[in-house]
Amino acid sequence: MSYSSLLQLAAPEVILSLTALAVLLADLTALRGFDTRLRRRIGALAVCAGCVVTIAWLLAIPAAGEFDNGMLVVDPVTRLVQVGLVGLALCAVLLTVESSFTQHVGEYYAVLLFATVGMMFMAGAADMLTAFLALELASLSLYVLAAFNKTGVAATEAALKYFLFGGVAAAFTLFGLSLLYGISGSTNLAEVARVVAARAVHLPSALDGVAVPSLDPLLLVAIAMTTVGFGFKLAVVPFHAWAPDTYQAAPGPAAAFIASASKLASFFLFARVLEVGLAGAEGSPDWLAVRPGWMALLAVIAAASMIWGNLAAIRQQSVRRLLAYSAVAHAGYMVLGLFAPGPDALASLLYYALTYGLTVVGAFAVVGVVQGGAERETMADFAGFARREPWLAASLMVFLLSLAGVPPLPGFFGKFYLFGALLRQPAAFPGKLWLVVLAVAMSTVSLYYYLKVLKQALVVPALAERPVVECPAFSRVVIVGLAIAVVVLGAAPGLVVAPLLKALAVASW
Amino acid sequence: MLAWTIYLSFLGALAQAFVPRGNPRAARWVALAATIAGLVIALLGTVAGADGRFRPLLDVSWVEGAGIHYFLGADGVSLVLVLLTGIAAVAGILFSWNVEHRPREFFALFLTLVGGVYGVFLSFDVFLLFVFYELAIIPKYFLIAIWGSTRREYAAMKIALYSFLGSGLVLIGLLAAYVAAGTKTTDLFLLAHQSFPQSLQMWAFPVTFLGFAVLAGIWPLHTWAPTGHVAAPTAASMLLAGVVMKLGAYGCLRVAMTIFPHGMDPWGATFLGFGSWRDVFAVLAVIGIVYGATVALVQSDFKFVIGYSSVSHMGFVLLGLMTLQTTGLGGAVLQMFSHGIIAGLLFAVVGRMVYERTHTRDLGQLEGMSLAKQIPFAAVTFTVAGVASMGLPGFSGFVAELHVLLGTWRAFPRLGLLAGVGIVIGVAFTLRVIQKAFFGAAVADGETGTAHAAGHQPMTAISAPERLGAVLLIGASLVVGLNPRWLLDPILGGLATPLFHEILKGAGR
Repeated sequence: MSYSSLLQLAAPEVILSLTALAVLLADLTALRGFDTRLRRRIGALAVCAGCVVTIAWLLAIPAAGEFDNGMLVVDPVTRLVQVGLVGLALCAVLLTVESSFTQHVGEYYAVLLFATVGMMFMAGAADMLTAFLALELASLSLYVLAAFNKTGVAATEAALKYFLFGGVAAAFTLFGLSLLYGISGSTNLAEVARVVAARAVHLPSALDGVAVPSLDPLLLVAIAMTTVGFGFKLAVVPFHAWAPDTYQAAPGPAAAFIASASKLASFFLFARVLEVGLAGAEGSPDWLAVRPGWMALLAVIAAASMIWGNLAAIRQQSVRRLLAYSAVAHAGYMVLGLFAPGPDALASLLYYALTYGLTVVGAFAVVGVVQGGAERETMADFAGFARREPWLAASLMVFLLSLAGVPPLPGFFGKFYLFGALLRQPAAFPGKLWLVVLAVAMSTVSLYYYLKVLKQALVVPALAERPVVECPAFSRVVIVGLAIAVVVLGAAPGLVVAPLLKALAVASW
Repeated sequence: MLAWTIYLSFLGALAQAFVPRGNPRAARWVALAATIAGLVIALLGTVAGADGRFRPLLDVSWVEGAGIHYFLGADGVSLVLVLLTGIAAVAGILFSWNVEHRPREFFALFLTLVGGVYGVFLSFDVFLLFVFYELAIIPKYFLIAIWGSTRREYAAMKIALYSFLGSGLVLIGLLAAYVAAGTKTTDLFLLAHQSFPQSLQMWAFPVTFLGFAVLAGIWPLHTWAPTGHVAAPTAASMLLAGVVMKLGAYGCLRVAMTIFPHGMDPWGATFLGFGSWRDVFAVLAVIGIVYGATVALVQSDFKFVIGYSSVSHMGFVLLGLMTLQTTGLGGAVLQMFSHGIIAGLLFAVVGRMVYERTHTRDLGQLEGMSLAKQIPFAAVTFTVAGVASMGLPGFSGFVAELHVLLGTWRAFPRLGLLAGVGIVIGVAFTLRVIQKAFFGAAVADGETGTAHAAGHQPMTAISAPERLGAVLLIGASLVVGLNPRWLLDPILGGLATPLFHEILKGAGR
C-alpha cells in the first residue's frame, strides 16, 4: 500500500483529470480570443484524445489490485465498465461539437470529464466512503452540466430541480450509509456484510418454516435510506420526478450523458453495494413469498417503474419527456438484473446498461437535430423527417426499435439475457416469473409510443410553414455511426457479453 | 442454397437504397428480380426435397455462451411454406406494379417482410426463429401506415401491437423452455427432446401456442386481421393474409407443439366441458371458422368480406393442428399453402383490380356498376378464386379442407360437424359477394342507372402484370388441387421426422 501503487491503479482517472485541467487552462489562456466555434472544436479534439488514450490505457495495460482495503478496487470488470463510461463520455463530447448552448467551452469540457472521473471511481469503489465521494463528484459535476444553459428559463428550472432533488437524495444515502457504518463499525462493504450476517438471528419463516435471517430493524432503515439516493440516480419510481424536466430542458449532450453514463455507473455501484455490502439481507421478491429485504423493496420499485414509466410515456408530446419516462421504465427492467446473484445476471445488466446508454445518446442526438435552436420540441416537429434526413430517420428507427426491444437489436438481447438470468434461479417459477411477465407486457405497451414517434418521422409529411433546420454533416456522421454501433452490438452481443463474463470469472466479486 | 431466399430478399431491400430517386421502374424491377430469384430457389428446393426429410442448411454459433446458433434447415413442412412465400411475393410485386408514392421504401419494406418470413420458415433454432418473426412486425406497420387506405394509422398500430403482444407471450414460453432445459441451448431439436416437467408444459404450452395463434387470427384475438387487411395496400394485404398469418400457425406447429407436446394432455378434470388445452384451442378454432364466415356474410365492405373469410379459413388450420394426427396435421399445412394462394388472389382482385378502378369497396355501390361487363377479367378471376375458396374439387382448398375435416371427424366428431356448417356458410358468403360485386346488373338498366353510369369514366383495362399475377396464383392453386401428392408427399415426409413423433405418438390423448 504505497502511493505509487495508488497512482498505478488510478492512472486512467489521472489521465482524464489532467486532460480536463489542460483543456480548461488552454481555453482560459491561449484560446481566449478565438471564435467560440473554433474553441469548441479544439477543446473537443483534446478531450477526445484524452478519452482515447484513457480507453487504450484501460484496455492495453492490465492492472489488478486493491488500494487500502477496498478504497479503490481495480479488476477486469471495473476496467470494462470504465471503458464503457469513457466511451459514453466520448459520445457526449462528439454531440457537443456542433451545439451552441454555451460560451464557456473549457469549463464545460472540464466538468464533463470530472463527472466521468467521478463515475470511474464509482465503478472502482468497494468502500462506502470512497463510494459516496465518487458519487458526489459525479453528481455535483452533473448538476453543473445540466445548468450550463444559463439563459434559458426552462433549463435553469430543470437544473435547479435536478440539484435540489439530488442533494436531498444524497443526504438520504449518506444517512443510510452512516447507519450501516454504525451497525457494522466498518466502511468496507465486504466487512459490513460479514457483520450483518454474523448478527442476523435465524428464525423459521411463517410461510414455509424454512429458517431465514430475520433482519435488524435498523438495517432495514439503512437499506431503505440508501435506496433513496440510488433510486434518484437511476430515476426509478418514486424518485423519478426530476427526470422529465431535466431531460427536456437540459442541454442535449448533458441530458444524454446523464441518461447514459450516469446510469451505467450508478447501476454498477448499486449492484456492488447491494450484492456485496448487503449480502444476506436480500429477502425475497418471490410471488406470494415476499420476505423483507432489499430485493422485496426493489421488486416493488421495479414493478412501479415499469408500469408508471410506460404508461406516463404514452401521454407525452415532447420526445425528450417521452425518453425520460421510457428511461424510468428501462431502469425498472434493469433493476430485475439485481435479483439474481452470479456473473450471468451482472453481465446481462451491464450489457443492458451499456447498450441502453449508446442507444439513448443516439436518440438524444437525433432529437437535438430536430430541435435545432428552439427552446422546446414536440413530436409534431418530426413530421417529414424521413424526407429531409433519410439517414437520420433510419438511425432514429434503429434507436427507438432497440429501446422497444425488437430483435435483432441490443434492447432485445439485453432483455433476453436479463430475464433468462432471472429465471435461471431455483424456484424461479412462479416466484420471479411475475416480474418477467410484467416486464414483457409493459414492453408491448412501450412499442406503442415509440411507434408514435416513428410514425411522425417516417409516415407524416412535413408541414410547410415549419423552418427547416440544417443538420451539420459532422452530427450526421456521429449519429449514423452510433446507429451502426447499436446494430453491431445487437447482431453480435457476444462482443460485449463474452469479455464481461470472462472478466467476471476472474474478478473477486 | 435455400438460405439465399432470405439473403436475396434482404439484399433486394438494401438495393432499393441505391436506386435513384424518382425512378419507380428501376425499383420495381429490382424487387421483381429479387422475388423471382427467391421463387426459383424455393421451387428448386422443393423439388430437391420432395421426400420431406429434414436437411440442415447452415449451423454456426451465433452468440457464444448463450447457446444460440444461426441454424437454418428445411423439412417438408418448411419447404411448402417457403414455396408459398415465393409465389405470394412475386404475385405481390406484380400487383403493386403501379405504386408511385415512395416506391423505393415500399419495395424495401416489402422485401424485408418477405425476407423475415423466409427466415422464420427456415429457422431451426427457436431464438433465430423468434428474431425473424419479430423482424416481420415493423415492415407491416409502415406498409400499412404509409400506403394503406381506410383508417390506416389505427389499423397499422393495432396490427403492430397485437403482433407484439403475441410475441411477448411467445417470448415468455421460450424463456421458460430455455431456462428449464438446464443446458444453455435454443436448438429446436434439443429443446423438443427435453421432455420438460408436466407442470411446466401445462402453462408454457398455452402461453406459447396462444402467442403464435394471435398471428394466425385465433378467435377472439382475431380482430387485427380484418382491420389490418382492409387498411393495408394490396400487396401487403396479400402478404399479410397469405403468408404472415401462416407464420403464426407455423409457429404453433413447429415450436409450441413440439417443445411442449404434453401441454395438450388431459388436465385430469373437466371444466365447462373442456378436458385439456387441446379441447380449448379446438373449440376456439371452430368458433373462428363459424364466426368468421357468419360475419363475412353480412359485411357491406368488399374487402372486409375477404378479411373475415381469412379468419374463417385460418380456423381450419388451427383445427387441423389440434387433431394431433397425420391426416389433420397434413391437411392443416396444406390449408396454409392453399389459403395463402387463394386469399392472395382474392385480395388482389378486391384491392388492385376493383378498388383502384372504382375507388369504392361498398358492395351496394359496386352492385350498380356491372363490373362483369367493364372488367371481365377481374370478374372471372374473382369467380375462380371464390370457387376455389369454397373448396370446389380441383382446387387446392378442397384437398386441404377435406384432410382437416377427416382428421377432425376422428378426433372431435361434433366439432367436425360445426366446421362443416362453417363451410356451408362460406359457400353462401362467397356466392353473395360474387353476385353483388360483379353481376349486379339491376341498376344499369333502371332509370337512375344511366345517370349513375354516365358519371363514371370507362375503366382502364386490366394490365399485363395483373394478368400475370392472377394466372400465377390460379395456376398454383390448380396444380396443387389436381395433383395434391406433389405437396402432400413432402408435408407427410416432414411430419414423419422425429420432431413430430411425440405429437403423433399420442401426446394429448
